[in-house]
This record gives sequence, C-alpha cells and structure tokens, in this order.
Amino acid sequence: MSVTHDARVQVRPATAQRPTARAWPDINNPAAWIVAVILLIMPLIANGFFLIEIFATTLILGTIALSLMLLAGYGGMVSLMQLTIAGFAAYMVAVFGVSGNANISLGWPWWLAVPMALALATMFGTLGGALAVRTEGIYTIMITLAIGAAFYYFTNQNWAIFNGHTGINTVSTPHFWGVNWRADIPFYYIVLAVAALCYFAVEYVSRAPFGMALQGVRDNPRRMAALGFNVNAHRVAAYAVASFIAGLAGVLQVWNYRQISPGSVSVGACIDVLIIAVVGGITRPIGPYIGALVFVLLRTFALDFLIKIGLDGNRFRLLIGLGFLAIVFWSSDGVIGLWQRWRQSQRPAASRPGGGRGHG
Amino acid sequence: MTRFVERHPARALIVIIAIALALWLIFAVWPPGLEDAIGRKRVFLNAVFNGITLGGLYFLVASGFTLIFGLMRNVNLAHGSLYLFGGYVGYAISASTGSWILSFIIAFILTALVGVLLQVVVFRRMEGQDLRQTMVTIGLSIVFADLMLWACGADFYQIQTPNWLIGPIELPLITAIKSSGEPVYLRYPLVRLVIFAASVVIGVAMWLALNRTRMGMIIRAGVDDRDILAATGVRIQVVFVLVFALGAGLAGIAGVVGGTFQSLSPGEDIRFLLASLVVVIVGGMGSIPGAALGALIIGLAEQLGSVYIPTYAIVVTFLIMVLVLAVRPQGLLARR
Repeated sequence: MSVTHDARVQVRPATAQRPTARAWPDINNPAAWIVAVILLIMPLIANGFFLIEIFATTLILGTIALSLMLLAGYGGMVSLMQLTIAGFAAYMVAVFGVSGNANISLGWPWWLAVPMALALATMFGTLGGALAVRTEGIYTIMITLAIGAAFYYFTNQNWAIFNGHTGINTVSTPHFWGVNWRADIPFYYIVLAVAALCYFAVEYVSRAPFGMALQGVRDNPRRMAALGFNVNAHRVAAYAVASFIAGLAGVLQVWNYRQISPGSVSVGACIDVLIIAVVGGITRPIGPYIGALVFVLLRTFALDFLIKIGLDGNRFRLLIGLGFLAIVFWSSDGVIGLWQRWRQSQRPAASRPGGGRGHG
Repeated sequence: MTRFVERHPARALIVIIAIALALWLIFAVWPPGLEDAIGRKRVFLNAVFNGITLGGLYFLVASGFTLIFGLMRNVNLAHGSLYLFGGYVGYAISASTGSWILSFIIAFILTALVGVLLQVVVFRRMEGQDLRQTMVTIGLSIVFADLMLWACGADFYQIQTPNWLIGPIELPLITAIKSSGEPVYLRYPLVRLVIFAASVVIGVAMWLALNRTRMGMIIRAGVDDRDILAATGVRIQVVFVLVFALGAGLAGIAGVVGGTFQSLSPGEDIRFLLASLVVVIVGGMGSIPGAALGALIIGLAEQLGSVYIPTYAIVVTFLIMVLVLAVRPQGLLARR
C-alpha cells in the first residue's frame, strides 16, 4: 500500500503541469521544435564519433530507459529488467541472423530475424512482467533484478545458444537498396527514427484510454479494480508495450556494436538504465533521453575530466553513483524536476499551478 | 506442523516421501544400478554437503536482509556491499593479526557501525518512502562498490583458514563399499562444517532472541505494525538502529565466512545480493525461518544443479523462484 503513496509523491509535479486536454504538448513548444531540427541536421554538425558514440548511443540507451519510464512513471512499477529484455532481443538478432559464430547463428535475413527477435523479446518481457505483477511495489524491483541477474549468469554459463562469456561477435547489419545502413549517417537516422517513434508512441499511450487507466492503476489499484478495470491485465499489458520498446532498442544496440556479450546485460548495466531514467526524470518521456545524454557524456568524458582536475580517471562510477544519490536525495523527479522548479521560481507565485494532489 | 499436516494431508505426504527419499539417498549404500544411472555417491554427497554449507552462508547474508526488510520495509540493495566490506575487513584483520576469530568480531563491529551510520544519516530522513529508500540503496551500492574497488583493487582475496580447521574430517557416511568389503567413508573439509554449525547456532540464537525476549517481542510487533508500536511508547528509532546494526553485522560476518569458503573480489557483492534476494523471495520476506528454508533450498539447488546439469544450474535456482512466485507469491513461510 505504501508504495502507491510513493508513486503519488513522485508524479505530483507532472500531473499538475500536464494540461487536461488531449493535445500534443510539444507542438506549441518552440524548444521542442528547435531540438527536433537540431537532431535532424545533426550529421551536418557532428562527425562520426559524436554522431554514433554520443548521440546514437544516447538515443538507444534513452529508448531502453524510456521503456522503464513507461512502466515506472505511468504504471508505478520499477522494473530493472528492461536492459535484459533489450539484451535478449539483441541476442536473438545475433542468433537468428548472420554473425561470425556460424555454429550458433541460423543465418536468417535481417527482415526475418528482427521481427522474430522482437516477438520473442516481447514475449520474454511479458512473461517476466506477469511474474512481477504477482507482487507489488518494491517487490517488483527485487524480482526484476533477480530475473536480470539470472539472465546474465545464464548467458555466461550457456554455450549452446549464448556462446558463454565471449558472446556473439561480428553480427551482420542490414544492407539493402544500395545503402549500408550501419554506415554512420544512415544508422543515425534509423536510430533517430526509432527513438522518435517510441517517444511519440509513449506520449500517445499516456493520453490514450489505456494509459489513463494505467495511471489510475498506479494511483489507486483498489479503486480501479472496483471500477471494473482488470488491474493485473493493465500492468501486464504495460510490460508488453515496454518490452517491445526495449526490444527495438536492443536490436539497434546489437547493430551498433555488431556484437553482444554477457557484459552488455550485466547487473550493473541493468542498474545503469534505472539511473538514467531516474536522473532524467521518470515523470515524462523526455526524461530518459536527457538522463541518457548526461550518462553518455559522463561515461565518455569523465575520464579526461577527472584527470584534468587532478583525480583518478577510473572513478567514473563513483561520480555516477554520487550524482544519482544527489538526484534521489534532492529531486525525486530528476533533471526535469530541477528544471521545472527553476522555471516556477522564475514565475510570479500566483501563476504557479497548485501543487496539491491532482488525483486520488 | 501438525496443523499443516491436518490442512494439507496430500502435500504433507509428498513432503514426507521426499524427505525419506533424500535420507535414503544420503545414508544407504547405493545399489550399482543407481550408481550407473546418476554417478558416484561420493559426488552426490559432496554436492549435498556443499549445498547445505552454502545454504548456511546464504542464510547469514539473507537473514540480515530479511530482518531489515521485515521491520523497516527497506529493501537494502546495498546489503551485498556490506557483505563484501565485511569480507575485506576480515581479510585485513586476519592477514595482519593472524587471528581468524578476531576477524569475525572486527568485521561484525565495523559493518554494524556502517549500518548504524546508514540508518541514522540516510534512511531515517526518508522514512516511509520505500521506493526512494531502495533507490538510495542502489546509489549507495554503486558508490561502495567503487570505493572498495579503489581501496582493494580487482584482485582475488582469500582469508586464511586457521590451522586447527584445515583438512578434511571423516564422516560416518558410507560412500561406497570396497571390493574387499571395507566401507569407504565420506571425507569433508572441517572448516565448512564448523561454519555451518556456527550459522545454525546464529540462526537458532536469532530465533530464540526474537521469540523469547522482550526485545524480540518489540521487533516482532514492529514487523507487524510499526505505527502502533511507536504509539505504545516504544522508542522505535532506537529499535530501527539496533536491527539495522544487527542485520549489517550479520552481512559482515557472512563476508568473512564467504572469504574463507570462496574468495573475495569485486562482483561478489552483486552475487550475494542476488542470492539473498532469491532466498528471501523463496522463503518469504521478513521471516527468519523463511530465510533459513530458502537458503537451504537455493544452496542445494545451486550445488546439485552445478554437478548434474552444469550449464543450466542458474536456471534451476531461477525456476524455483518462479515456481514459488506462481504458487505462493508471498514466499513459502511468510504469514501474509
């Protein structure tokens, strides 16, 4: 029960901000248009390294974190297995598609392997979700963490399908219409398109009857059950949608690195996704992308930065952990929350939206 | 026990048959047909003993975890870090002083102090916000893991077993009959048996303390309803601090045990966090007997699995968890 209180505490600012009308909030926001244009013309600005290592990676990680945001922000279920689902999809692409490990890969063309991988990943995530919804709140964290960890150890031990700790290497990437889609610029646009699709899908879902019901379930499952909603079915369905999104990101991830190994689905990486989502803010779909950008920038440049200010460059994870702690301590809705609070403090007090409980 | 038999006669029968079969497998001399089918009895017995002693270790880690959860509703995902911290402290003490017993005491005290600090400085400030507490413990576990990596490096450490515990001991369990008709007895490392006995003692002591003392009564009342307990005038913050210290200290002891049994290295924290998660999910959150049962089941499953189906050992553990969640989502011995 107390978990529902928690969720309410976390989502209050977002619901207070969100207009009740069913409109796309981004359309009238000039900042959103500017960001969209910048993202579209990014290949003109950034070179290969920034394009792939920073922006494409950000978008992929952000999409995985987006699936967590959908579950945590709208469903009140903090799932630590989203990366595992993405990793599972990545493994399936490698297993069904073409890779350097010919004894494992079945060699299907990508347009067959990818839907198969997505279907299996969605199934995997839905089954895991069906398990997780049998318990509530903080138990969800534990069970999904246990699933994630079990998958990591399993991939390490299993050689028949997952090729043990070496993983599957030189996974082939799609090549059609005369374009090598793994070349920097086409790949960036694929990633951008998928990320945008997922972003708007989540925005849409949050406004659709299903998303509304899901948020109702988050805030008061008993009342929703009394109103005739099937609480668990909504939760499992949310897991299914989130798994599909995570699966898409996983496919992109394996194309990005062209290999997949247990290291990519380790427990630490699972927790990184939670960190990304929480640092960005789990109240809005844009949060995970902001968190991912912060995370990727830190991961890439922390080493140089730390050495420059005279510290040990290997303490990147310490930096991440402390930053995460700070965010959890002072702003329960991440960078977005900080930004909103700053905006509100700029505004005259009278026009501030009421911070009361918008629902319940 | 009798109520269980009365209410579920069929289940009780299955349990009794399973226990009888297990006892027969352990004590009887295996007929040749069985040895052909599933291998030597020595291997089986070793796996069983390894599983039981590993279960003892898991119990030490998980009991603190489940105690803290039961009272404070705090899923302490930094529990694995406390385990590893205790192990490193134990290693440092035993390497510098050469005393194994002393390393237990110091590890207990230091990890308990860390636990007190965590409770007083961090968790008291966000009481009742389970999700936020859990997130904080995740952040703390990352920070701790990196600090320990910084301090101790990525090497493997093993705590030296004291001389009087080194070497195997012969157990009165027959593994095979030689062709001369002479029985062969099982030989097993003494230190593991001693540690297992110690964890049983700790478990029984905890059970007695919880069920027979005034403090235990307060803690049990707190597990059931901490608000009412606070309303009756008990200084619940003190109880919280004590329980957190005890739970963390147990993790520290477990770290020394784990460092003697196996080895200490970065990543062990996550392994034991996962183990205690699965143990308490199977046994039931907040229940000490549940932690004992869960630890035994998971320890046995892991060891038997790694002997008989090596590539799928982890799946067995996981399947047990799934099965329990499907049949009894609250855990085997939880009351709710």
